[in-house]
Amino acid sequence: MLNLVWVGMILMGVAVAAARGHMDLVTSSTFDSAKLAVETVITLTGIMVFWLGIAKVAEQSGLMERLGHAVRPMLRMVFPSLKRDSPALNSIMMNFAANLLGLGQAATPFGLKAMTELQAENDDKETASDAMVTFLVMNTAGVTLIPATIVAYRAAAGSVNPSEIVGTTLAASLGSTIFALLLDALLRRSRRFRQRV
Amino acid sequence: MFVAAVDAISRWSIPLIFVIVLGYALWHRVDVYNVFLDGAREGIDLAVRILPYVVSIFVALGIFRASGAMDSLAASLHPVLSIFHVPAEILPLMVIRPLSGSGALAITAEILRRFGPDSYVGRLASTMQGSTDTTFYILSVYFGAVGIRKIRHAMLVGLCADLMGFILSILFVRLAFGVK
Repeated sequence: MLNLVWVGMILMGVAVAAARGHMDLVTSSTFDSAKLAVETVITLTGIMVFWLGIAKVAEQSGLMERLGHAVRPMLRMVFPSLKRDSPALNSIMMNFAANLLGLGQAATPFGLKAMTELQAENDDKETASDAMVTFLVMNTAGVTLIPATIVAYRAAAGSVNPSEIVGTTLAASLGSTIFALLLDALLRRSRRFRQRV
Repeated sequence: MFVAAVDAISRWSIPLIFVIVLGYALWHRVDVYNVFLDGAREGIDLAVRILPYVVSIFVALGIFRASGAMDSLAASLHPVLSIFHVPAEILPLMVIRPLSGSGALAITAEILRRFGPDSYVGRLASTMQGSTDTTFYILSVYFGAVGIRKIRHAMLVGLCADLMGFILSILFVRLAFGVK
């Protein structure tokens, strides 16, 4: 499906550009986007280096373990396939915490670390495990307690009450996350999508 | 009052995390600086691994947008969505939200500027922006970073959840503020 969306976007773009006679835009946007992507990753590198350093300190000092203890039973309900003492649970917890606080930039390094640890426990290295799918589905549904960025944008645009959308945002994201978890639980056992070992 | 609280949290949470994590480690006699550097090295490795995936998505999205294909797609969806009273102005946001975070943010900023943050469209854009995430980008970068090729039902569930997020946004914004 990734293949289909990716190739589809490029082919549709080229076709529309051909129909409208501005193929030059395709060429220029290709190189502009590639450059922008590298700039984005370089910015992200600084952030990742920093947060993974902090995470290592929290891990070694035992702080992560103490925090993880409280939320572990809840996480194990969402990820029944993981081992009780799976190291991935700590990274998943940090990723969710960062997302909840609206610290999107801190969420990425913890998310990638969690994926690396989930992959270590995965039997088939080319196929996503149940836990990986659940983890990413929760990330894409995006529960946020404090949508800090959008509140700041609304304030900048002169809103009378910039944070009035916090309630609707939380309700909508909570609803779609629960929906995603249910759909995931249903599909991961289905004949078409279940993991074959 | 609430704005002040949100503002305070976004201002204080990161410095507080530093103080707590580093203070706790020092108290427990961890070799803080060297441990930090050990962890930091993992960041470089991850960055190198995700680079090809980020480039591939940015390029496809760039072509899709610059060619005008995205506007055509939004226009072709319009008749379907007008049945459900979805304002036409919000369509580009719904198309771009699963694909690109910065692209969606740019569209939301434009909607807020043009229609005002306290309009129906403005509140709807804000809620949609905050309540879903960039499904396509997250899936390809996260799975790509660890070498997963078969993603099973992740894309299907992710896109269905985005759609549900949009529907719920419309529902809750209407319930809470009406359609003005």
